[in-house]
Amino acid sequence: MIAESAQGLYCAGGAFHLDPAGPVERAVLTHAHGDHARPGSSSYLCTPQTAALIRRRLGDAPIETLAYGERRRIGEVTVSFHPAGHMLGSAQVRVEGAQGVWVLSGDYKREPDPTCAPFEPLRCDVFITEATYALPLFRWDPPAAVARDILAWWEGNGGKASLLFCYAFGKAQRLLAELRLLTDRPAFAHGAVEAVSEVYRAAGVPLLPTKIIGEEKKFAGALVLAPLTARGTPWMKRFRSFESGFASGLLRIRGARRRRGFDRGFVISDHADWPSLLSTIRETGAARVLATHGHREALVRYLRESGVDAAPIGALQPLDEEGD
Amino acid sequence: MRRFALLYDALDATTSTNAKVSAMQVYFAEAPAADAAWGLFFLTGRRLKRLVAPRLLAAWGCAFAQVPDWLASECFGLAGDLAETVALLIDTQRGTRPAAQEPPLLSNLIGEQLLPLREASEDEKRAAVLALFAALDRRELYLLGKLLTGELRVGVSSTLAIRALAQHASLSPATVAHRLMGAWEPSAQSFAALLQQGAADADVSRPYPFFLASPLEQEPESLGERADWLAEWKWDGIRAQLIRRSGGAYLWSRGEELITDRFPDLSSAWAALPEGTVLDGEVLAYQDGAPMPFAVLQRRIGRQKLSAKILAEAPAAFMAYDLLELEGRDLREEPLRERRARLLALLTGRSERLSVSPEVTAPSWAELRALRSGSRERGVEGLMLKRWTSPYQGGRRRGDWKWKIDPYAVDAVLVYAQPGSGRRATLLTDLTFAVWSAGELLPVAKAYSGLTDEEIDRLDRWIRQNTLERFGPVRAVKPELVFELHFEGIAASARHKSGIAVRFPRIARWRDDKKPADADTLESLQALIRAPR
Repeated sequence: MIAESAQGLYCAGGAFHLDPAGPVERAVLTHAHGDHARPGSSSYLCTPQTAALIRRRLGDAPIETLAYGERRRIGEVTVSFHPAGHMLGSAQVRVEGAQGVWVLSGDYKREPDPTCAPFEPLRCDVFITEATYALPLFRWDPPAAVARDILAWWEGNGGKASLLFCYAFGKAQRLLAELRLLTDRPAFAHGAVEAVSEVYRAAGVPLLPTKIIGEEKKFAGALVLAPLTARGTPWMKRFRSFESGFASGLLRIRGARRRRGFDRGFVISDHADWPSLLSTIRETGAARVLATHGHREALVRYLRESGVDAAPIGALQPLDEEGD
Repeated sequence: MRRFALLYDALDATTSTNAKVSAMQVYFAEAPAADAAWGLFFLTGRRLKRLVAPRLLAAWGCAFAQVPDWLASECFGLAGDLAETVALLIDTQRGTRPAAQEPPLLSNLIGEQLLPLREASEDEKRAAVLALFAALDRRELYLLGKLLTGELRVGVSSTLAIRALAQHASLSPATVAHRLMGAWEPSAQSFAALLQQGAADADVSRPYPFFLASPLEQEPESLGERADWLAEWKWDGIRAQLIRRSGGAYLWSRGEELITDRFPDLSSAWAALPEGTVLDGEVLAYQDGAPMPFAVLQRRIGRQKLSAKILAEAPAAFMAYDLLELEGRDLREEPLRERRARLLALLTGRSERLSVSPEVTAPSWAELRALRSGSRERGVEGLMLKRWTSPYQGGRRRGDWKWKIDPYAVDAVLVYAQPGSGRRATLLTDLTFAVWSAGELLPVAKAYSGLTDEEIDRLDRWIRQNTLERFGPVRAVKPELVFELHFEGIAASARHKSGIAVRFPRIARWRDDKKPADADTLESLQALIRAPR
């Protein structure tokens, strides 16, 4: 029912692509990240929250929205979105047709996230799962504990600025939302972070108050959220004395932080860790599992050895170091 | 152990020297003395002998975490570190922290649980290690893996650890460094002894901290007048301190190993030295008034038993650079000119096996430069330059210089890559290079260093896209990239398939301009091997 095509996954029964790699007639999107929602298609279908996040990037293209749980008939199949817990608006795509129920997970995680609806386990016949962190090296600590670590780091840095690098699109807002549960001290946000935070706030997601950097000169004792792309640029000159941290799932590996030269690494990811991947696959009851992204080959072999019918699907993409 | 794990993380989490020193100071102040002693042991770069083979640790870790071997091997390929892989696999499998019990104290863990494993059978080791797996959290498991495999290294220099301890004890770093020299054994008592104010040093075998020269990177003219400097050959042997005190003689290598027993052919020469003498110098294989290649000395060091034949083939000599103690008096603060005069008076005419490293007397820098260019023919590595007025200072100071000859160079093709360790654990930075032999590429050297961070990133991407085959963590890559390698020495070797062994190979340059066909041949490398004298 869903197969690979030149532009990525394609559902022939509904004549639509899922997170296409290039311009297509009709694109169904799991979430707003750039490697999933690309410009140039003739029409888009996504959740209303995702639409708010991508509207500016996609320009004039018509975007239809479908709320979580709402069903829509497209051609010979019925499509619905269900929360994936990855970021605001992120969805699994459930496709029901003559060949049973298929679910494309999109990117997902099972840890609580105050910025989005929690992942909804769905029963299906075929489950297409992401496999970004599909190695038993990866298990996430509870996010509230990581947020406490970040706060302790911030407070422990005294008069220095605490520069926390993270993905500006989703991860930064999740950190701001987690920190808001622990403190009311405002943080500074890089412009790229603030632009996304505005959409989150407009969608009713409470975040820690942020100040834009603008002409500000004094950052003593401040927490500053910035995208990794700002590191090593002239933008950094305004901070005289600072400690740098980086928040990413990859930092579970010691060498990954050390070679990037960050003082601190905070292990927090918006993707499923190894135990979550296995438990989620079990919960779906799927007879067949298709794995995409990251360490999918390892997941496929492991599932096959456990007696699950599994195969890789989709173009192999390098592990995105920041987009988690 | 928890306290040490936290210190380890704190040291890992900062690049600031002051922050590292203060973290260590706090550790020394707060840890029980026996723990602090073991902490200091590791902080000063000392290591335990391997207790468990890495393959056993890997097998037990897989079994405990219920992960199949192939999957653990994938994980190792990404993490690049066995102890870390095992720690993370167990942590993932467990899902939570272990039951909230205090982990053992570092000193108890090592003294009561790990060291007794030296005598244990494999089954006993396995049972002990699995019990520890169940009791420790992720950080502690990582340290355990490092302790078991004898690879625990902490990200500070020994100098920094000594500075922290000196601050904690309100002593001078030189005093602490000296007390730590030689066969320092960690215990509550030895730690307390380190902290004592102005106590006399009881250990008669203890060497002084070695001075270490810095490489001279400018032209020597920048050092000023030639006449202000002593020039000596930089001998290619084992740097050592010879201590003659209280009726005994002790030879310490720069790695602070006691190697007296390895050189019975020197014993009569040093027994004749007066009481209370300490010499800094180089142990060489030496025959007919000339040094033999380092490889000859190395063969001798490798032998368990020193037969009469070996001793005759590779007779040792001690070439003295400096006199640190005479008649029991510490001379290190005296200027080099004074120490050298006393050294000459002490050793001249004594024995061919115990002589003073001769002064190289070229009167100008230009003439000295000309002599240096003949270093290789003399079997030396270049020149040492020491200021006549300088005291003998422990550690690496700017003040004395090694002016080495240019290294050997060869163009070789990258054939294998595997992940590095530490900060390079996720990058393919352990590289194997080959040269041509009868139309095939034959591996001749492994090199880890020499590329910039940008080059490392670029090469890592290239390797991932050009992998032909994988053998566990090792990747065979398309033989397309040429690198200029530098190395310090070359010798025939029966242990290498290529028949040669190179010393200190490192990458000098990525030769984008060269094709694999332009790489060197085995024959051209063989031609570099100096015929034994």
